[in-house]
Amino acid sequence: MLNPVAILGVGQTKHGRRQDVSYPELVQEAVIRALEDSGVSFKDIDAVVSGSMPAPMEGINAPHLYLADAFGAKSKPLVRTATCGSTGISVAQTAFYHVASGMFDTVLAVGHQKMLEGDPQATMTTVADPYFQRYFVGDAPSIFTMQGNQYADRYKLPFERVRNAAAIISVKHHESALNNPYAHIRQKLTVEDVLNSKIVSYPTRLLDICPSSDGACAVIFTSGQKAKKRGKRVAWVKGLSYSGDEHFFGDSDKVRWLVPINAAKESYKMAGIQNPRKEIDVAEVYNPFTFQELIWYECFGFCEEGKACELVENGVVFRGGELPCDPSGGTLCTNPIGATGLLRVAEAALQVMGKAEERQIPGAKTAFASAMGGECQFVGVMILSNEL
Amino acid sequence: MGSEESRSIEQTIYLPYKWALGPTFTKFFDEFMNKKIMGTKCEKCGRVLVPARKFCPRCFEDTKEWIQVSDKGTIRTWSMVNFTFTGQTTPPPYIVALIQLDGADNCLTHLVGGIDLSDVEKVKDYINIGMRVQANWEQKRRGHIMDIAFFEPTN
Repeated sequence: MLNPVAILGVGQTKHGRRQDVSYPELVQEAVIRALEDSGVSFKDIDAVVSGSMPAPMEGINAPHLYLADAFGAKSKPLVRTATCGSTGISVAQTAFYHVASGMFDTVLAVGHQKMLEGDPQATMTTVADPYFQRYFVGDAPSIFTMQGNQYADRYKLPFERVRNAAAIISVKHHESALNNPYAHIRQKLTVEDVLNSKIVSYPTRLLDICPSSDGACAVIFTSGQKAKKRGKRVAWVKGLSYSGDEHFFGDSDKVRWLVPINAAKESYKMAGIQNPRKEIDVAEVYNPFTFQELIWYECFGFCEEGKACELVENGVVFRGGELPCDPSGGTLCTNPIGATGLLRVAEAALQVMGKAEERQIPGAKTAFASAMGGECQFVGVMILSNEL
Repeated sequence: MGSEESRSIEQTIYLPYKWALGPTFTKFFDEFMNKKIMGTKCEKCGRVLVPARKFCPRCFEDTKEWIQVSDKGTIRTWSMVNFTFTGQTTPPPYIVALIQLDGADNCLTHLVGGIDLSDVEKVKDYINIGMRVQANWEQKRRGHIMDIAFFEPTN
């Protein structure tokens, strides 16, 4: 039997190029903000969970050892959870397990990445196996673009329509990022800007793709008992799941994609959600690539198969729509990878706590967060609510 | 964010590796010398998987039967890579694809080549999902995935 778990508070850095601070200083910035937001001292933290991309990306292996001081982790149990792009949500889920088990009362979860100090793609290239796949899908853009191409073909959608929907997604999320003081890319775009940007991996263009960012995010999880005692607004964890595919990209279907379908289904079941589109008020969908976002909407049950373009064309998934997605601007505008999945959880928590400021969706009570890791291999989902 | 950048230090880390292929992948690549592409069949789910596997990742059962699949197949999806990155083994532009070989139940990742890639507009009108392709084998083979230079459209 799991004990109830709540998010007490969150903190994040300004994301972007952060050569002004060292890696531990960047991490500490997020931790201090989370402690302040939660109204607790680092002495109240019983254990720490942290994570980032495979360590060559930071160039300091076992980075949780180097960063232990910045977590305030001295004399505390400290673990590192690393699942590639889904690291941030895995860090949140690991922290949840710590508290739900009854082992710890209050746990600090930290996701962190300095991407701009090294060559992030050099590390990502080595995620694919060295025998068969590294020669072809060593880069993120081609993998997710192949997925997008297959999507358009599967439902016999005119390519121009899918292309246009993806461009609208980019424009709308960049517009949302203007409301987010922490976002990395803050620029107003038009559909033409997206369609005229450089081809990176056809048909994906530069403005269809997330940036590389430096940044950190910290979230404090606490037991139901402690949360109630504090008597402040918290975000309750109502459901969570993590699901995976085989390693080989060609082994399973990535359009009717069982990994996000199952992760969402399990999370909804745990949270008692029957109709996600109606019952979820806001979603922080992990969206590093615009074309892929269409597939997420369908796999998460926001619409029927082959109908994601309609959600975009009718504004259902934007501010003012039935299910606004990524009012923070999402991964598309901010991507310190190890922190990115935790940022989805933090933004979802801010929404249900009513503390999301300019990016607040009025009256949001139930929020969705997701993240993906590997070559379309893993997906994690977490559902938060303002009520237990 | 501070207005001034702090000082940085620089270092390059060199990490050499030598990975064991194991018996299944060794046999798979040995057959490349004979221009043969081998899969293994899972007795439980009946799927033929390429490259050959010691065990089926879904059923978690050891495969017992080796089956030769065709070096011809169908493009299930594709993209034209047009940027440069560290660790890239083919100079861009190039086309990556998921190719389902005749006789296999899954797809292989590889290159589609033998096409003029100078104009993306022409490429996108030419390449399509469902297109038939065939392996273009290197003259000199060494038991490596790049013994197939690329897959070439046949129609």
